[in-house]
Amino acid sequence: MLLKNQAASFSVRVRTGRGYNMTNRLPKTGKLSVLDIPLSLSALEKCLLNEYQRGFPLCEQPYAEIARQLEVSEAEVLATLASLQQRGLISRVGPVFAPRRAGSSTLAALAVPEQDLEAVAAIVNGFAEVNHNYQREHAWNLWFVVTAPDDARIREVLGEVEVATGLAVLDLPLERSFYIDLGFPLWC
Amino acid sequence: MQQQDISMEQQDNRPIDEVDRRIILATQAGLPLAEQPYDVLARQLDLAVEELMERLRAMQQSGVIRRIAAVPNHYALGYRANGMSVWNVPDEIVGELGARVGALEFVSHCYQRPRHLPLWPYNLFAMVHGKTQDAVEQGVEQIALLLGEYCRGHEVLYSKRILKKTGLRITG
Repeated sequence: MLLKNQAASFSVRVRTGRGYNMTNRLPKTGKLSVLDIPLSLSALEKCLLNEYQRGFPLCEQPYAEIARQLEVSEAEVLATLASLQQRGLISRVGPVFAPRRAGSSTLAALAVPEQDLEAVAAIVNGFAEVNHNYQREHAWNLWFVVTAPDDARIREVLGEVEVATGLAVLDLPLERSFYIDLGFPLWC
Repeated sequence: MQQQDISMEQQDNRPIDEVDRRIILATQAGLPLAEQPYDVLARQLDLAVEELMERLRAMQQSGVIRRIAAVPNHYALGYRANGMSVWNVPDEIVGELGARVGALEFVSHCYQRPRHLPLWPYNLFAMVHGKTQDAVEQGVEQIALLLGEYCRGHEVLYSKRILKKTGLRITG
């Protein structure tokens, strides 16, 4: 029960004693965790956010396993994760799938006249196959990721986007990936 | 280039089957926050929990699953600035350069993508994250130094608005 009274304060290292020494679990890119964002997070919250970007246990009772690693109760782990999720600080607990492995995907861009942006964004977002869509500051100002079971459906969606918007799509499928996805250190 | 991608996949990866696909569909929005989440899922999928866990393990090994995680929402946590930096580097050496850029701590994604001349000259993409635009600019500066004379041009596309963001969805 090392965590109870360790409410987060700015620039305080999340360092705790035995059992909560998570440094051996840090991703290779990780450093000691320092909180410097204007959020009030408990030590347990920070630890769950930072240290479980990989290596979430694949065993019968994963939350009990995390609880054992952190020397807290399973109920605390579950309640804290639920609370982080409710507040939108974690998007989910689960597998992160590699793009293009469990299906097909591409990054696509449109150069949308400023006054049409809302309408075009709505059209693009309307496709279930579009899972990310960002407005960016560039002549190519709308960037979205299309994911589908196969390439044929990708081409179909891009074709439909072109027809519906009257704009040419820049199609930039991934050719090679150069990083090992370990998550990245949140506090360092 | 799409064809080329597919053939690369077939060489490198054990293909996923229909059961794997069902598991992906059932887990892509997250595991249940219950004491035995894999059990809950296995029952939903009408699988033995051992088989479900074995298949998850196999997908991790083959790279279909990169990691199992409590996935932070970086934006909500204060990482509001992200710059998609795009670079024009010689094709002959893009692999070597990409590996070095991808190893930088502040680079969350690094990919080679096709050029579309004359509209789009860039073949290397590196997503740079930071809490401020300054932090992102410093990261981009560091990439420029690393690439040195191999950089024939680059731009940074800052995100202005997230219009849609969901986990990876494959439609069933």
